[in-house]
Amino acid sequence: MSSVLESQNTLSHAHADILALRKDFPALQQDVYEKPLVYLDSAASTQRPQAVIDAVVTHERTNHANVHRGVHQLSQRSTEAYEGAREKIRAYINAGSCEEIIFTSGTTESINLVAASLGKSRLTDSDEVVVTWMEHHSNIVPWQLICEQTGAQLLAVPMTPDGELDLDEYDQLLSDRTKIVAVGHVSNALGTINPLEQIIAKARDADALIIIDGAQATPHFRIDVQALDCDFYAFSGHKMFGPTGIGVLYGKSSLLDAMPPYQGGGEMILTVSFKETLYNTLPYKFEAGTPNISGAVGLGAAIDYLSDINFEALAQHESDLLSYATTEFIKLPGARIIGTAKDKASVLSFTLGDIHAHDLGTIVDREGVAIRTGHHCAMPVMEHFQVAATGRASFALYNNRDDVDRLILGLQRALELFA
Amino acid sequence: MNDLQELYREVILDHNRHPRNFGELEDANRVVEGVNPLCGDRMTLYVKIIDKKVQDIRFKGTGCAISVASSSLMTERAKGGSLDEVESLFEQVHEMLTSDITGSSINLENLDKLAVLSGVREYPTRVKCASLAWHALKSAIAGSEDKISTE
Repeated sequence: MSSVLESQNTLSHAHADILALRKDFPALQQDVYEKPLVYLDSAASTQRPQAVIDAVVTHERTNHANVHRGVHQLSQRSTEAYEGAREKIRAYINAGSCEEIIFTSGTTESINLVAASLGKSRLTDSDEVVVTWMEHHSNIVPWQLICEQTGAQLLAVPMTPDGELDLDEYDQLLSDRTKIVAVGHVSNALGTINPLEQIIAKARDADALIIIDGAQATPHFRIDVQALDCDFYAFSGHKMFGPTGIGVLYGKSSLLDAMPPYQGGGEMILTVSFKETLYNTLPYKFEAGTPNISGAVGLGAAIDYLSDINFEALAQHESDLLSYATTEFIKLPGARIIGTAKDKASVLSFTLGDIHAHDLGTIVDREGVAIRTGHHCAMPVMEHFQVAATGRASFALYNNRDDVDRLILGLQRALELFA
Repeated sequence: MNDLQELYREVILDHNRHPRNFGELEDANRVVEGVNPLCGDRMTLYVKIIDKKVQDIRFKGTGCAISVASSSLMTERAKGGSLDEVESLFEQVHEMLTSDITGSSINLENLDKLAVLSGVREYPTRVKCASLAWHALKSAIAGSEDKISTE
């Protein structure tokens, strides 16, 4: 009995710690339209804590120089900061080595890199690539492009009415022709958390490579790429409290080693001559040109920030916010939730009567509440649910129940205006 | 709330609820599809042009209140107008939506009911919603039958 109480106590302390995180985010301390800002668009881009802003500023002010180039002091500092960030990311996602951590401009580039490089070396016109109906456009279009070039077929796993992947259909689509399975960890438009363990195991049985779009997962969970046993995992800095323009591709080194370069240029070579160019070792083979150094440093700082967070308490906090928001939202007349999967991240995608999502977005904005409206770069999802657009409130570690109340108030204003 | 009422005026809400000239026009001789890639909204504009006049005009599609009301108001006003008049109307509406009215030569009184769309100017993210139909109309009277996009 006492141990139950103790663990409850520990959790409520941990919850208080989560609630205190909001003060770390300067952007959330402002008013818009003379009302305190309520930021519910973290699935598009999260705000940054002061620690991340400081890390970027310090780097820019005192340490900036090109990396891996000069023998001078600043170049050494810059290289140390850049490679230090890589090591932080490696440790955080439990990759085997820093060779497996490639810096990119974001998830989109990470997926394009894999699609272009794997496509060139592995796909033929008798092969198939499997994606899902739930994907963000950035996990569809790169595969369409490479399928066009190679003649491979692109197949998509359908969804159930709740917005979950239909795993029986997934079974049906897999065959010995399947070479690549590309699937999102968490749906940006619906919040659905996909059962990766099952999805990856089935891809393994079919002998297919598996790439995970983790852009929407990293702000909510701690990822362990070795436990997942995926071949590639892509994510973005700016969706996990870091800067824009920086992201990561994790890939198993045995695969990355065998893959041809994605882009050519400086940094990715050992020697260049007109007879033959020798490529650099991993991860540099895939990092042509001068990278986004301060972005990487900022992402490293975001990883430090996240490393101090109790993810169990965060999960409970976000799940409480989602269920509170869901309960309050469905009280509104005409409320419809788009995406009602059993396992959901803190994303509420919705329509309200016949009020168009853009009108809702404008009205709640004037109430100081920032939500995303539109197709969320997931037009097949909109097609599946037969809606042109939805409103989407996405919650992150810095949101609280007051934010939900303000959202509901804004939506009530919309109902009044359109009554 | 006052700001919002400036955007969502009664006329706009009314035209959104009950769009005029809504639906297909079977004997249209110009059909233009307008798409707003930002939000996925699409509308199809049907125009019947005879003797350099807009004999009939209808539209269908899905969109926000601003987009539907703008389409509806546009069809109401353009119907029966000469191509020159419609062209000039386009220019005036375009200027009303995109420029600072104090420095502009636009006379809102000339625009009559269409002046209710002037509130959109204060909402830069929504200007495309209001202008989509008008770009489709301009394209229709220019004689091109194709897709137009706000991007």
